[in-house]
Amino acid sequence: MASVTVYGTPLSPAVSRVLACLFEKDVDFKLAPVDMAKGQHKSPDFLKLQPFGQVPAFQDELTTVFESRAICKYICNNYPEKGNQTLMGGRDGDLLAQTSVDQWLEAEGQSFNPPSSALVFQLAFAPMFGFKQDPAAIEQNEAKLANVLDVYDRRLGESKFLAGDDFTLADLAHLPNGHILVSKNEDLFMSRKNVGRWWEEISARPAWKKVVEMQNAPQG
Amino acid sequence: MSGVKLYGSPMSTCTARVLLCLEEVGAEYELVPVSTLTGEQKSPAHLARNPFGQIPALEDGDLVLFESRAISKYVLRKYKESGTDLLKEGNLAESAMVEVWLEAESQQYNPAISPIVYQSLVVPKMGGGTPDQAIIDSSLEKFKKVLEVYEARLSKSKYLAGDFFSLADLSHFPYTRYLMVTPYASVFESYPHVKAWWEDITSRPAFKKVSAGMLGS
Repeated sequence: MASVTVYGTPLSPAVSRVLACLFEKDVDFKLAPVDMAKGQHKSPDFLKLQPFGQVPAFQDELTTVFESRAICKYICNNYPEKGNQTLMGGRDGDLLAQTSVDQWLEAEGQSFNPPSSALVFQLAFAPMFGFKQDPAAIEQNEAKLANVLDVYDRRLGESKFLAGDDFTLADLAHLPNGHILVSKNEDLFMSRKNVGRWWEEISARPAWKKVVEMQNAPQG
Repeated sequence: MSGVKLYGSPMSTCTARVLLCLEEVGAEYELVPVSTLTGEQKSPAHLARNPFGQIPALEDGDLVLFESRAISKYVLRKYKESGTDLLKEGNLAESAMVEVWLEAESQQYNPAISPIVYQSLVVPKMGGGTPDQAIIDSSLEKFKKVLEVYEARLSKSKYLAGDFFSLADLSHFPYTRYLMVTPYASVFESYPHVKAWWEDITSRPAFKKVSAGMLGS
């Protein structure tokens, strides 16, 4: 019996970030669709769950949480015995390991996310929803992202995963935008040896494959 | 416990975020200046601390950290015996709310407020350039929508994560502090609960001390 509900569509990168974490942790959940075309995300009922009117929102028997990275941390904290035990860094109470995860999760949120989200919008969502692409925005954001990936490439030459020897939330956070970008422009990631190696490894994880299956399934 | 070294500038928003935490827990620390005016943050010595070439970075013995929000959490955890609990990690529901509003700061508040501060303060003062009013105006519209959400939240809750002051509130300080020295400070007049919250958190001694090191004090 799932007491966990995630609100949103698996096609949303932020929602898929949470789904990846739930699959890694083997936590059962129910996915409740939010019809954004009909403005359900701005309805009073939904705004009670997510006051910014965005997806995902997450609810379990204890509380309601929003912001995908906060949800992922909550899942790790509230279901510590389930599934993947190293998503937040090593053993319980290992401050250094946890801090390394925090650091690289911040790098994702502050440095990788803005240009990659802008590119995902331009390359995937704009054409899908009939918006005109902006070549200047594409060029600018590709350049910003290239600088970030150069830093990642050096890091991943010294470290198997971003935070250390284990796959953690810091790597997981990159899966949604990475997946879309690699499908549009493989070169960005794959032309960098260490980033390419890392990408192949993290995107091959069974938990992520389940998310991709959900994305590819007919959306009801 | 021996002290830590914080590399950055007291005028920098992200350095200030960490300074606040260090002050809140009463930690022993040394602030080592890294001059962004001379591009020192891109020097090999600093890149070795922060591969993104940004400030701040923190050194604690052999440990080197970057990203101010991650450094902040490290400081708060390391010094939790000080009695200052801004993370509430002993309580699942409370710590979840701290993380939620810390993410809201990162993903909603900061992207809306920072272009306003950048254009109206940094561009003219540091670069000698002319503010781009179109960017300011569109950011202000986004920022007001964010403030509506904060107003509703702070009407129900004394602080962002609950009835307790936390890292979530603290994290909002640096950019808001800088907005307050621009003409756009008046935007807060329309959001009385946000204004009251701001007045409350800035009355804390740590805030007064860090504020004194920032521009326009």
